[in-house]
Amino acid sequence: MINKKVNNVKEAMQGVESGMTLMLGGFGLCGIPENAIKALVEMNVNGLTCISNNAGVDDFGLGMLLQKRQIKKMISSYVGENDEFERQMLNGELDVELVPQGTLVERCRAAQSGFPAFFTPAGYGTEVAEGKETREFNGKMYVLEKAFEADFSFVKAWKGDEAGNLIFKGTARNFNPAMCGSAKITVAEVEELLPAGSLDPNQIHIPGIFIQRIFQGNNYEKRIEQRTVRKRD
Amino acid sequence: MLDKIGIAKRIAKEVKDGYYVNLGIGIPTLVANYVRDDIQVEFQSENGVLGMGPFPYEGEEDADLINAGKQTITTLPGASFFDSSLSFSMIRGKHVHLTILGAMEVSEKGDIANWKIPGKMVKGMGGAMDLVASAENIIVAMMHTNKEGESKLLKQCSLPLTGVGCVKKIVSNLAVIEVTDKGFKLLERAPGVQVEDIIKATEGTLIVEGDIPEMIL
Repeated sequence: MINKKVNNVKEAMQGVESGMTLMLGGFGLCGIPENAIKALVEMNVNGLTCISNNAGVDDFGLGMLLQKRQIKKMISSYVGENDEFERQMLNGELDVELVPQGTLVERCRAAQSGFPAFFTPAGYGTEVAEGKETREFNGKMYVLEKAFEADFSFVKAWKGDEAGNLIFKGTARNFNPAMCGSAKITVAEVEELLPAGSLDPNQIHIPGIFIQRIFQGNNYEKRIEQRTVRKRD
Repeated sequence: MLDKIGIAKRIAKEVKDGYYVNLGIGIPTLVANYVRDDIQVEFQSENGVLGMGPFPYEGEEDADLINAGKQTITTLPGASFFDSSLSFSMIRGKHVHLTILGAMEVSEKGDIANWKIPGKMVKGMGGAMDLVASAENIIVAMMHTNKEGESKLLKQCSLPLTGVGCVKKIVSNLAVIEVTDKGFKLLERAPGVQVEDIIKATEGTLIVEGDIPEMIL
């Protein structure tokens, strides 16, 4: 067993510097690396490029980094529900690259898998395809999209072991698996960190080979963005 | 004229036995409530769930279980979870049979715009560009005109496009329309709506052939 465990979030963040490109897992506020984001706020690193499907809400998730102007550029697919984000973007204070969601995750997965680029039909004929190579395959047009290059990737899982193996829960899985091993260093935070041998190898979603550091996360808030319920009959 | 629920009810009739269906945010989400219960259908949400069920009972919400609209949901027997990459493999790979989504504008060529109003609203395309570029069958749920009474069914879209030549069918508050090589083709009228009302509310080419039946909900 190769032990990937670090003692706390501070150790896990070693080497993170201003100006770096970071990947952050999650969809909305579901499955975001809460501990790593709080640490980035405290470290006061700035000029960051963040690759994340969403940009949090005003006072939680990546919204906390936006409030402190720590982000220079966001690469996302959907950024609604965040007034501060919209304000910074429309004022030209924040550089934003909007990417179709399936393309966004595949650019992460391409980096993970050793593909420099891939063709996708998404965005053909739209402004997303401007300046990009397009090609016809079997009578349909495709756009060439490139793999991301990132310094750190921060992911969040439900359970993990000291070998870095991960298991996700529900729809908190989302972008997290494709961001494992997609940056120079992948940091995983988990709700429950167990000794190696505690997890059934049949149940592992992401093998520890993709993870450089794993730590036991604390104080998960797991905020719900849209609480929708039905009445009991 | 139909309200949002009426549009959802009419679209629900397009959902067939054995379909895997992706529902967009807004009116499309409502469609799930009106699908016949004697057919087998599974709803996919692109954030990573197949076999999506209704909203949870109060007190049973799970922060780790949401749909692509970030709403709390439940799962039905046979449901599965997966990551975003596999989710878009289902979409790009044409394993999802039907996509239902909203639009700000649709052109008579089947182009759709629903993600950006330059200088005003920039929320992003989410999964819409992937969905419209790949789905074989796309139905748009929309209001026929905007708040100013201007047509949203146009010769050419004025807003930045989400996809080109992809929309097959439109269900609006006024009509059911098929997108053909020659333009919009009127199939059905909403209850109480006359063909003249639909012609007036449609800027793009509208083909009207024979008697146009009133839709059955």
